[in-house]
Amino acid sequence: MTKIGVFICWCGENIARTVDVEKVTQVIAQLPGVVHSEHYKYMCSDPGQNKIKDAIRAYKLDGVVVAACSPHMHESTFRNACAEAGLNPYLCEMANIREHCSWVHDDKEKATEKAIDLVKVMVNKVRRNSKLFPIKVPIEKTALVIGGGIAGIQSAIDIANAGHKVILVEKEPSIGGHMSQLSETFPTLDCSQCILTPRMVECFKHPNITVYTYSEVENVDGYVGNFNVKIRQKAKYVDHKTCTGCGDCWNKCPQKKIPNSFEMNLGMRTAIYIPFPQAVPNKPVIDKENCIKLTKDKCGICEKICPPKSINYQDKDKIIEVKVGAIVAATGFTLYSIEKHPTEDVLKGYGEYGYGIYPDVIDGLQFERLASASGPTSGEIRRISDGKEPETVVFIKCVGSRDNAKGIPYCSKICCMYTAKHAMLYKHKVHHGKAYVFYMDIRSNGKDYDEFVRRAIEEDGVMYIRGRVSKIYRENGKYVVKGADTLTGEQVEIKADMVVLATAMVAQEGVDKLCQILRIPYNQFNFMAEAHPKLKPVETNTAGVFLAGCCQFPKDIPETVAQASGAAAKVLGLFANDELERSPVTAIVNRETCVGCFMCEKVCPYNAIEREEIKDREGKVIRVIAKVNKGLCQGCGPCVAICPSKSIDLEGFMDEELYAEINTL
Amino acid sequence: MAEFEPKIIAFVCNWCTYCGADLAGTSRMKYPPNVRMIKVPCTGRIDVMFLIKAFDRGADAIWVSGCHPGDCHYTSGNFYARRRWGIFRKCLEFVGINPKRVHFSWISAAEGKKFVDTIRNINKEVKKLGPFKGYKEIIDDKRLI
Repeated sequence: MTKIGVFICWCGENIARTVDVEKVTQVIAQLPGVVHSEHYKYMCSDPGQNKIKDAIRAYKLDGVVVAACSPHMHESTFRNACAEAGLNPYLCEMANIREHCSWVHDDKEKATEKAIDLVKVMVNKVRRNSKLFPIKVPIEKTALVIGGGIAGIQSAIDIANAGHKVILVEKEPSIGGHMSQLSETFPTLDCSQCILTPRMVECFKHPNITVYTYSEVENVDGYVGNFNVKIRQKAKYVDHKTCTGCGDCWNKCPQKKIPNSFEMNLGMRTAIYIPFPQAVPNKPVIDKENCIKLTKDKCGICEKICPPKSINYQDKDKIIEVKVGAIVAATGFTLYSIEKHPTEDVLKGYGEYGYGIYPDVIDGLQFERLASASGPTSGEIRRISDGKEPETVVFIKCVGSRDNAKGIPYCSKICCMYTAKHAMLYKHKVHHGKAYVFYMDIRSNGKDYDEFVRRAIEEDGVMYIRGRVSKIYRENGKYVVKGADTLTGEQVEIKADMVVLATAMVAQEGVDKLCQILRIPYNQFNFMAEAHPKLKPVETNTAGVFLAGCCQFPKDIPETVAQASGAAAKVLGLFANDELERSPVTAIVNRETCVGCFMCEKVCPYNAIEREEIKDREGKVIRVIAKVNKGLCQGCGPCVAICPSKSIDLEGFMDEELYAEINTL
Repeated sequence: MAEFEPKIIAFVCNWCTYCGADLAGTSRMKYPPNVRMIKVPCTGRIDVMFLIKAFDRGADAIWVSGCHPGDCHYTSGNFYARRRWGIFRKCLEFVGINPKRVHFSWISAAEGKKFVDTIRNINKEVKKLGPFKGYKEIIDDKRLI
């Protein structure tokens, strides 16, 4: 590397005001190996980039250093410019004399001295840089979507419509998620199932989508474009290929009193069941914990009466192995359970509200089931305790959310809107009823959202009280709700027949294990971590894994659908090429000196070290040495630091290059 | 006599500390100009020989900084750096280099202020220790020629 071109940027006044760019240019021009040194006002502009390209061609440069802003800003800009001029982009480095120099120092002399040092360091590194070429790996153009709620369904349909195969995995017996439990959706009061079920059917029947219900992802190996996934499909005991969904089995099942989690335990189901009438697939599974035949080997009625003979008590869990190129995680949410939690639990419950003790203190999803026309009360709002119509209902918002004492400091986003909706639905069904809402704030910031809440207050007569509730207790069959009205400064006591709590939205159980399987980070609330909170909301730090919906953070349905389509767009972007280009900053093993101690294998977080057998002419194995899988290697470097014989090095950050940098100083 | 300006060489990880330094720059925070940063992809990449070499070349202090434990961009590189540092400190004592000359910190991409505060801190500490003459003494020792 003897012909290096150095380009010093003024960045307008940002660098030139503090650093004497003339002096830097002159000093650097004297360095051995530098054949061209110039400065310009804006190197990243088109004329600036053209100067680099012209110099490369004129001086036949084999190395370029641009002294300007942070490489995080413009490294790719200058590398592309070099590539266009025919120079390998990895022979171009940047020296940061803006964020790390001109912007942080006042003393002009010292800043210039430092800038000279910084540029010298990069010149000496570039002299030892080698040409690197992006690694191409093949892409399996099949996507895996984990979660069959509205987010997963939307993503799956978008990817499938673009012509790629999708595998959708859902842990419940039916797809649909929480949206299928809702009665109506805000702000239009559309019937939730009416807008969801066409999508569910479209998804299930789509020729490009394969849906595995009653299944979970057990293991994911591999890397972007080449993931090997193991899916465990739980034994359904019903052959869905022959089953016609006639319903004879669940009508005749003697076990009728199993709490139905779809109905939020307000309704019952049988042991062989479909979770709700509009379930997709509309074919039953047997709950093996509660089936008399499977637990005690008695009964067996369903098998006897099933016309196509689809019941099989010998069914076993199946492991399905698939190869996919991208994964979309859309596992959704669950509601914070607010019964009394043990004191060691980070999430401490709201025992003072009597949830879990008083039958008529319920949460939002339970109210949805009461309001739903296909719910346990056929859409009539009735008290759980005695089945009577409640005359006074109190709705409490921010139960768990925004409360550091309970361990959930964030806002769950949707409760203000769904509480207004619940209060409206109650008033629509019980005209003479009284609805009160205890609130801290009203967050109705979507399209038509504020108008919706106004409607609840002005047209439907819902009474909003700004204050919190300290306690609920039972007295003479009513629930006394003691709270405060901060706007009038008075204590408030309401004798309610039913209390609905807007509990916090939390991540699903077991999400932390899934994140570890997918190798994506998650925060202390088990919400999956996006790659950048502002600019990369649907990507993760793990290439090939994307996020959609409430698994990332609480959000409403329009945002979930938008994010799902966004994740799908990212997947389609990935699949748009036939091969995936990966950064060539990867490790490389010196096959001559490696002894096969595999310390590198132990420290690699990506399992990128493979074993290679060195054989002699007769095919006998002489030794086993390490080999780097360039598709998996992310270029971090602990393997290099730990190698006792220094047989492995990191391209782009080779030992030689780094020592050159240190020696410059 | 001019005040002693320590020469500090910093090995920073590309993802957290380098971006933290960028943030300090974007926020126009000011700090002493005697730190020279060398970028590595991850603190796990840092071989202790780099640190010895830096002392050899005249550094008065060395600073290694990376992502917070648990937040490493490559998941676990900084854990290895931390372990290596634990052992290296003992090595330094044995060799006779004051371990106070090597600083270790975790600075995230959002901690521009912490970056600046750490630099000021290191400067203060090293000024107390004075210039590092260790290698120069050994190299000047005629008995080794």
